[in-house]
Amino acid sequence: MSTKAVASKAATSLAPPDILVRAALDAVRKLDPRLLAKNPVIFVTEVVAALVTVLFLRDFAAGQPVMFTGQIMAWLWFTVLFANFAEAVAEGRGRAQAESLKRARTDAVARRIDDIKTRERYAKVSALDLKVGDLVLVSAGELIPGDGEIVDGIASVNEAAITGESAPVIRESGGDRSAVTGGTTVVSDEIVVRITAAAGSSFLDRMIALVEGAERQKTPNEIALTILLVGMTLIFLITVVSLYGLGLYGGTELSVPVLVALLVTLIPTTIGGLLSAIGIAGMDRLVRHNVLAMSGRAVEAAGDVDTLLLDKTGTITFGNRMATEIIPVPGVSEREVLEAALLASLADETAEGRSIVALVRDKLGLATGEAPAGAHFVPFSAATRISGVDVDGRRLRKGAVDSVRRFAAEIAGRGLVEPAEYNAAVDRIARSGGTPLGLAADGRLLGVIHLKDVVKPDIKERFAELRRMGIRTVMVTGDNPVTAAAIASEAGVDDFIAEATPQDKLNYIRNEQRQGRLVAMCGDGTNDAPALAQADVGVAMQSGTQAAREAGNMVDLDSDPTKLIEIVGIGKQLLMTRGSLTTFSIANDVAKYFAILPALFIVAIPELGVLNVMGLSTPQSAILSAVIFNALIIIALIPLALRGVTYTPASAASVLSRNLLIYGLGGIIVPFIGIKLVDMVVTAIGLS
Amino acid sequence: MTSNGWLQIIVIFAVVILSAIPLGRFMARVYAGERTILGVLLGPVERGLYRLAGVDPAREQGWLAYTLSMLAFNAAGVLLLFAILRLQGLLPWNPQGFAGLTPDLAFNTAVSFVTNTNWQAYAGEATMSNFSQMVGLTVQNFLSAATGLALAIALVRGFARSGAKGVGNFFVDATRSTLYILLPLAFVTALALVAMGMPQTLDGSVAATTLDGAQQTISIGPVASQIAIKQLGTNGGGFFNANAAHPFENPTALANMLQVWQMLVVSVAVVFAFGQLIGDKRQGHAILAAMMILLVVGVAVAYWAEAAGTPTLAQAGLDPSGGNMEGKEVRFGLALSALWAAVTTGLSCGAVNAMHGSFTPIGGLVPLVLIKLGEILPGGVGSGLYGMLVMAIIAVFVAGLMVGRTPEYLGKKIEAKEVKMAVLATLVMPIFVLGFSAVAAVLPGPLAGVGNAGPHGLSEILYAYASGTGNNGSAFASLSANTPWWNTTLGLAMLAGRFAYIVPMMAIAGSLVAKTRLAASSGTFPTHGPLFVGLLIGVIVILGGLQFFPAFALGPIAEQVQMLAGKTF
Repeated sequence: MSTKAVASKAATSLAPPDILVRAALDAVRKLDPRLLAKNPVIFVTEVVAALVTVLFLRDFAAGQPVMFTGQIMAWLWFTVLFANFAEAVAEGRGRAQAESLKRARTDAVARRIDDIKTRERYAKVSALDLKVGDLVLVSAGELIPGDGEIVDGIASVNEAAITGESAPVIRESGGDRSAVTGGTTVVSDEIVVRITAAAGSSFLDRMIALVEGAERQKTPNEIALTILLVGMTLIFLITVVSLYGLGLYGGTELSVPVLVALLVTLIPTTIGGLLSAIGIAGMDRLVRHNVLAMSGRAVEAAGDVDTLLLDKTGTITFGNRMATEIIPVPGVSEREVLEAALLASLADETAEGRSIVALVRDKLGLATGEAPAGAHFVPFSAATRISGVDVDGRRLRKGAVDSVRRFAAEIAGRGLVEPAEYNAAVDRIARSGGTPLGLAADGRLLGVIHLKDVVKPDIKERFAELRRMGIRTVMVTGDNPVTAAAIASEAGVDDFIAEATPQDKLNYIRNEQRQGRLVAMCGDGTNDAPALAQADVGVAMQSGTQAAREAGNMVDLDSDPTKLIEIVGIGKQLLMTRGSLTTFSIANDVAKYFAILPALFIVAIPELGVLNVMGLSTPQSAILSAVIFNALIIIALIPLALRGVTYTPASAASVLSRNLLIYGLGGIIVPFIGIKLVDMVVTAIGLS
Repeated sequence: MTSNGWLQIIVIFAVVILSAIPLGRFMARVYAGERTILGVLLGPVERGLYRLAGVDPAREQGWLAYTLSMLAFNAAGVLLLFAILRLQGLLPWNPQGFAGLTPDLAFNTAVSFVTNTNWQAYAGEATMSNFSQMVGLTVQNFLSAATGLALAIALVRGFARSGAKGVGNFFVDATRSTLYILLPLAFVTALALVAMGMPQTLDGSVAATTLDGAQQTISIGPVASQIAIKQLGTNGGGFFNANAAHPFENPTALANMLQVWQMLVVSVAVVFAFGQLIGDKRQGHAILAAMMILLVVGVAVAYWAEAAGTPTLAQAGLDPSGGNMEGKEVRFGLALSALWAAVTTGLSCGAVNAMHGSFTPIGGLVPLVLIKLGEILPGGVGSGLYGMLVMAIIAVFVAGLMVGRTPEYLGKKIEAKEVKMAVLATLVMPIFVLGFSAVAAVLPGPLAGVGNAGPHGLSEILYAYASGTGNNGSAFASLSANTPWWNTTLGLAMLAGRFAYIVPMMAIAGSLVAKTRLAASSGTFPTHGPLFVGLLIGVIVILGGLQFFPAFALGPIAEQVQMLAGKTF
């Protein structure tokens, strides 16, 4: 699904040179054992590197040959540095984004008022001193000093600082578009904002902290994996330490640098070194999709999602119903009904109204439809549920079927003619999932306009993809069950909730969770908040209310409900990358044994030379090559860790067999070739 | 290798699997507390036992209570057996008048039989009275096997139940294991063994006059009753020192085949019971397939290595086509000896019908490897299944991430707690095998007991600790293990190998049982079918192999390559 987008975005700027330079410096700074202790595998590597360094210095002072020990020592330090570098590059990419966000962070002066009514009397305070509950006045051209909710007024706001989208959006008090974000700019009008987040904990602050990775905590799965890596490190520590005793029995006293070399090549330094980079890159990938996850836990949960609750409007359909046909009743010509529909809709600026105009123009071949002089337009109101025009003494109305009938009946009284074809058309349209609109001229019913929810063209394939991945899709809509069922079958979702109330959504989520399923949903309204909080992955729209944004564990800055599908993909890709590199790292050990073991005991037991299947030139070069390969593979895999493994939606079984082949079998074979190549280079330039 | 040899091997495996299917179904019913014919017959006995012991069979235990009950029960078993062995001289049924055992040997033996290891640092016919054999050792043969079965079922319940607290009641599970499964099977097969010529008497010995007129005293005793459960419970502790190579302990080729069947049948059946209890037989089949494939590979390698013999034998003027018959009974031949060697170590039985120490280096490597892979192929009764499930958890965790979901096995999410406990359990083997071996390999005291020089001596040491920690009990002969060092360290290795593994395993059961069992979808990591079987085999071989490859390289592998180069010690 999002593979192409992810890949291309990442490939173009995997890491600009300035980030690499900074990362190289950070890699050295991260040698501080206190920082490294959170990464046990690399910490162990650093400890043994320090041990070998001490031995190197001792031998050097004693004037003994140190060429071999020195090289081992250098590559051990490189191993640690490379691991640090991987993390630093990942952090650096996030930091670059944080820098641009920080520029938006405001230290502006805010105008604090005591009351909406007395807004002329304001006190100038620093934005940093604002407290939750303060009211501030923001006029055109000013920065909004903090996160808050508009309590009075309407304004267009430029949110480019957060979303990157420069077209201003409308924000107004009341309703679902009342939230404003600190650091965005009011473009027109004046609003009063009640501050809802203290300085330092605002949305922007959290966003900066997230992309910087400063607050990064290990996610549950990362913790579990770290435990496994620690366990493997312990096992190999036992193996290597006991080998000293077993070696003595066989007549070989193994030196410490050699044992350390064996240890470091066996412990999972590859995945240990790349683990945090993978996690940071996963968050970063979300940010590049303009989605902010409030925790890494949420990103992992996204990969586990079993059920997606998708709003019909905007996700499955284009969101606007469009007129697709206009059916006249018997006795009314097609031309008459089309012209009546056109006139009744000319002043209707809603998407439905415009689609009627477009349809009629198309059918009649008109270039424009001019409003006749003297026309008096009747706008739509929620009370009457009809709109139309009074022109040439005729009253043309269109609107909800029963409202139009009531309008006609009031004029025609008992004489209202209700043709059977009219009712049949209404029924047919409703059954097919469309919305019928009645059209009347005074007391005469003219025909029915068919408004149709147009399902997005590619959505059915995407749902099929999701189904292959074992994810159920559920459409949520306010439509009646008949309409909902029709659209559901057209779009190919697995289930739907019709006439959905917020409570219905919440119940549905709870029910799914009781059956052991993880649920993801998106929402924007205040009444979505409980469901957003209940869902395992709740994506709030940036355009939504503050309550929704607080309740969800992700915010989509583009306010695009389709994004949910991408978010699931990113979560899966993160886990896949982690699993693939772990498998690769462990599989690598096979070759390293064949490199190092014969080298260790070749003097006491020359016959063990048969294990030297790679034909490495000397024992020393064999050990050195394994250590060098072990260090270089970290660097080689940094791009993969940052980009994530290739992800195509498919069933778990086929994904598994593919990844097992590449990273399992590949993990066994690659180091045989790699170590041999390194050995050839090492021998050629005479390092051993 | 001959086709006749392979035929014998295939027939035994086929009979085992065919008979394990109904037995597994029966076991599942027994543990679920459903009605069975035996339940009707023996139900009053079962209920009487609970009343006697004051156990409420309806009361479920959490994992900790279950584990503590098991530990207390086993500790009592060790104390009782220790007392019997120490006081043997004062107890009845001692026709040969054997004295009590030394403290270190009594400790070693008591631990050995309670942990289902049956490592024997003594010669049975010259050490144990009939009372010790029957009341001491045979009783623990039953109880240690019942303990293993109970624990396995507790772990299976951890997977099968959703959002529960209890994992069963240890006393109920152990009683049912003994009463309905082990006792009836042992009873029937003991009679069969007697029919095949195995002694069953309270006499101590018979006197015989040999062909050249010399007087000979031949030890006998209640052999069949002990051998039946020794094999069925994968205990392996022989009545006689020569174990199943002794004519009284393994009288005919048919008896030999029956005993291989006995070793395997319960361990295989419990895997079928597992599939039944979690409501998805395919899961059981996948686990069994992984076990059997590795076991058959083990059998094949051992058979091939023994049949190929060694260049040394050929140089000594022997017909190389006869293979390596050193240390093997002519009655059983190469195929059945290789089969037995692999089965007894793939299981945690440890009974032997040939001397593993006399195998060719590669042939001897097979039992060593099988023990170190964790004795899960198919493993001891119960212990094989829970060992395999811990492996499956690790396999699913490592590779499961590759499908892009938090790994789950049998509908349970595998998270930090499970991984931590699985890792703890996995650490037991390397710590006690490699740790003790490395120390023993450099200390002059322990080394004095090692019978061979060169790599073979190292193999003896590695084998002893692997056998102890893995609760196998077989030995690479010619290690003189009845010294305080070996008795004590092997006793500790046996205790750790059993209980230090069980406690984290049960913690996993406790953590799993509380989790909601998730519904499977096409996005779920598939844990049945060939892909998972292959993955599981890969993880077992790579994880086990990586830990022990250096040690093997210095022991059996070094011996093999040196032998091929004509170097002997």
